[in-house]
Parts: sequence; C-alpha cells; structure tokens
Amino acid sequence: MLPATADQDAPLIALRGIGKSFPNGVRALAGLDLAVRPGEFVALLGPSGCGKSTALRIIAGLTEPNEGVVEWDNATATGRRKSRIGFVFQEPTLMPWASVFDNVALPLKLKRLRAVARIELVETALDRVGLGAFARAYPRELSGGMRMRVSIARALVTEPQILLMDEPFAALDEITRFKLNDDLLQTWDALRTTIIFVTHSVFESVYLANRVLVMAARPGRISTEVAIDAPYPRGRTFRTSAEYAGLCRRASEALAVAMAVGGQS
Amino acid sequence: MSARERRDRPLRVVMPIVVLALGVAAWQAVVQYENIPPYVLPAPDLIAQTFATDWELLLRSLLVTVITTLEGFLLAAFGGVFLAILFNQSRFLEYSLYPYAVVLQVTPVVAVAPLLLIYLPQHSAVLVCAWIVAFFPVLANTTLGLRSVDRNLADLFALYGASRWQILRRLKLPSALPYILGGLRIAGGLSLIGAVVAEIAAGSAGAGSGLAYRIAESGYRLNIPRMFAALLLLSLTGIAIFYLLSLINYLALRRWHESALAQES
Repeated sequence: MLPATADQDAPLIALRGIGKSFPNGVRALAGLDLAVRPGEFVALLGPSGCGKSTALRIIAGLTEPNEGVVEWDNATATGRRKSRIGFVFQEPTLMPWASVFDNVALPLKLKRLRAVARIELVETALDRVGLGAFARAYPRELSGGMRMRVSIARALVTEPQILLMDEPFAALDEITRFKLNDDLLQTWDALRTTIIFVTHSVFESVYLANRVLVMAARPGRISTEVAIDAPYPRGRTFRTSAEYAGLCRRASEALAVAMAVGGQS
Repeated sequence: MSARERRDRPLRVVMPIVVLALGVAAWQAVVQYENIPPYVLPAPDLIAQTFATDWELLLRSLLVTVITTLEGFLLAAFGGVFLAILFNQSRFLEYSLYPYAVVLQVTPVVAVAPLLLIYLPQHSAVLVCAWIVAFFPVLANTTLGLRSVDRNLADLFALYGASRWQILRRLKLPSALPYILGGLRIAGGLSLIGAVVAEIAAGSAGAGSGLAYRIAESGYRLNIPRMFAALLLLSLTGIAIFYLLSLINYLALRRWHESALAQES
C-alpha cells in the first residue's frame, strides 16, 4: 500500500502533447501524453516503428520534440536532467577496448568524479548485477546476457532517478531473458528507481510493469493503458498463473486494437 | 583455425623456403652453365661474397636509410593523425586543406623529389619525400576511424554531458585505433619507398650515402653484385618494417578487436 501523499502522486516526468517529425517527412509521434510517478515501473508496448524508442530518446534529451513539452517534477532544468537519467540501449553498447570495470566507470569519469570515489560505486553496481568477479574481463569475453548486465550496471552507477530501457532484452534468448527480467525486478525492488521500459513483447511488459502503456503507430501516441495490479515480488508462480495469462490477453487485445487503428493511416 | 589450416601450417612456412632454394639454385646453375659475366648477372655466391667484403659499407648505408625511413614514418604517423583530428574537430579546416592533402598524394613523388632537392638541404628533402608518400594513408584511415564511432556510444557520451575533449579521447580515438594502426602499416612500407626514391634522385645529384644511393652509385660503376646485395638489404628492411608494425598492431588490439582475436573461440 502506497500512502497517497501529494508528493507521490505528482509525476516525476510528464510528456504533454509531444510531436516529432523527421526531416524525411515521417511523423513519428503526435499528441503523445504520458506521466510517470516516482518509483513506477512503466512499460511502453507497441509494434516496431510506433515511435517507442523516439519517445524514450526525447525523455532522455537525446532528441528534441517538434511540439509539446517534457516536464520534470516542477523543474525543467535541462542541465540537471542529464545526471538523473540512466539509459540502457537495445544493444549492450559497451566500449570493446575497455574492461568491464572501465565501462561501468565511464559515466562517473565523464562527470569527473575522482578515481577513489569511483571504485566503490562501480563495485556496488557490478555486485548488484552479479558481475563483481568480472570487473577485469573485456566485453568480448562475456556472453550476451552478461554484456547486458554490464550495460545495466553502467546505467545504475550514477544512481539515477529514472532508468530508461529501450528493448534491452530483445536480442537475448528466452532463458536469459527470463533471468534478466527477474533480476531487473529485484534491482527495482531494492532501489525503487523509476523505470520506463520499452518493449514489443506483451509477456515481458505484463510480467515487469505496474502499468502497460499501449502505443499506436503512424503517428505514435498512447492508445490505451493496462494497469497490472498483481503484487510484487513476481516470480515463476506469477508467470504460470491464470492471472498473468488473463492480463497478457488483455494487453494483447489492447495491442491488437492499437495496431488496427494505427494501420489505417 | 580449422583442422585443415592447422595441418597446412608447416607447409605455409616450408613452401616459400623451398621456392627460394630452388630459385637460387637455378640462378646459380644458369649463371655458371651459360658463363654469364658478373657485370651482366652475378651468381648468388658472388652476391654473398660481396656481402662478406662490403658489409661495413652496406651496413652504414642501411643505417642511413633506416633512420631516414623511421624519421619520415614518425612524421607521417604524427602528422597524419594530428591532421585527421584537426579535420575531425573543424569542418572548416577539413574543407580548406583536404584537397591539398589529396594533391600531395596523387602527384608522383619521383617527380617531386628533384624539385625538393633544389630548395631543401638533402637530408630534409629526403625526409619530406618519405613524409609525403606515407602520411596520406594515415590521414585517410584515421579520418575514417574517427567517423566510425558506434552511434549508441556517442548518444551515451552525450547523455552524460561529455565534453568535446572527452569524446575525442575516450570515444573517437579508441574507436579509430584499429584504423590508425592499419594506416600505419601501409605508411611503414611507403616511407621506405619515399626515402629510396628521394635518395635515388639525390644520388644522381651527387652527395648521399643511403642504400638507394649505393645502388645508383654501384650501377654507374657496373658493380652489379653490390647492387643486388643492397637491393636484398632493402627488401629485408621492408619486410622487417611490415612485421614490426603487424606485431604492434597485434599487441595493441589483441584484447578487444576482432581482427586480432585468436580464432579458437
């Protein structure tokens, strides 16, 4: 039970009327509204090409919208925003020439944190993803799942307020993916970082999130919202429960509706 | 490495040696059988004998050429990388100067060398020739490398507010390293060619003591065995430069770059 104080209900970040067109004329987003409260785990679910990733990039400040505003809890400070965000890409996006330790330390180095201060933060982040023993390894020496863990550790090392994840597990096999889903939920449970998780997998979105925002394509916008009320911690019992199956069906139907609407234009 | 490649490995070493031995034996046989005078074609044993008698002179010349080559190579390496970085940082400079780099590259150095010898002291002229021939591959490769940065990594650097200098030092230069080393490998051979061309051109003008000058001088004196001996030394120098640079390439990249990975995995 979350106490419904004013603070907790105020969104950490809100997108209002966001529109984005690319120079080639493609209208990626139009009238996109979404608000995320602190500590929430929100999934953005949609077919490929619906603008999910563009929305995430706009939140991260990597792309500027043509219309609309991005509001951070009462402060729209562009400079401060950057330090509050962790970003996990679809690929691990590690520097192949640097060890696991140096890869995770990168955000701290870029912020010019002293070496002594870095060590503890990096070690904590690596322990959190279960890779404490691999600090000296190079990315190519790791499996795909481990590389993605390094990528998550790097995103967490600055202790961000919000973690943006762009289909991070899409390229992994199912066994690894389930394991990383569980680990991510554990991390979220421990840190209570706000997470926005982009995915095109109905099952993944329902398993992870408090709320699934279903997106329609061309132009991208939020079509429906499916609340996932199942309690955490969620584990194998939840994955095989009738409740989970029912929620997945609801999300699938919402996605089908969104795709039918989006497909007409 | 496939089983077949492993089995063939000794062959790859042995076969060139067999070819060399057969070639030298045939050469020796033809010269003796046909009674060819040494000022037309010296037999291998006479060339070996020349090595034994002239080794001091030849080694001194070799040293001169090697030092010139090395100086030209270092100038080309630093000049090429420096120019590429400059071009990468300033489009204005790139637009202004790149065409002239191309002009230097496409003008045959043999044609430029006599002119340089008029305006510059001989040593500088030889050095400039070595540099002109060798710097372009370094410049072109480094330019390509600096542009071949993983886009997600570039986004990551932007997300954490990396400065221009941080992006160059921690992202662009490491990304470009394999390209730079590839350029250096080409430049090594070319700087020897540049030095030799300039020495030959200078040799006809009189002064000089490098290996190439030695070849030209021996030609005038019809000392054909010494020409062959000097030529052989030049080839060996080229081979040594190539393998040395390959070794550096391997040592620098073996931990992370595909091109240098052992093939067991």
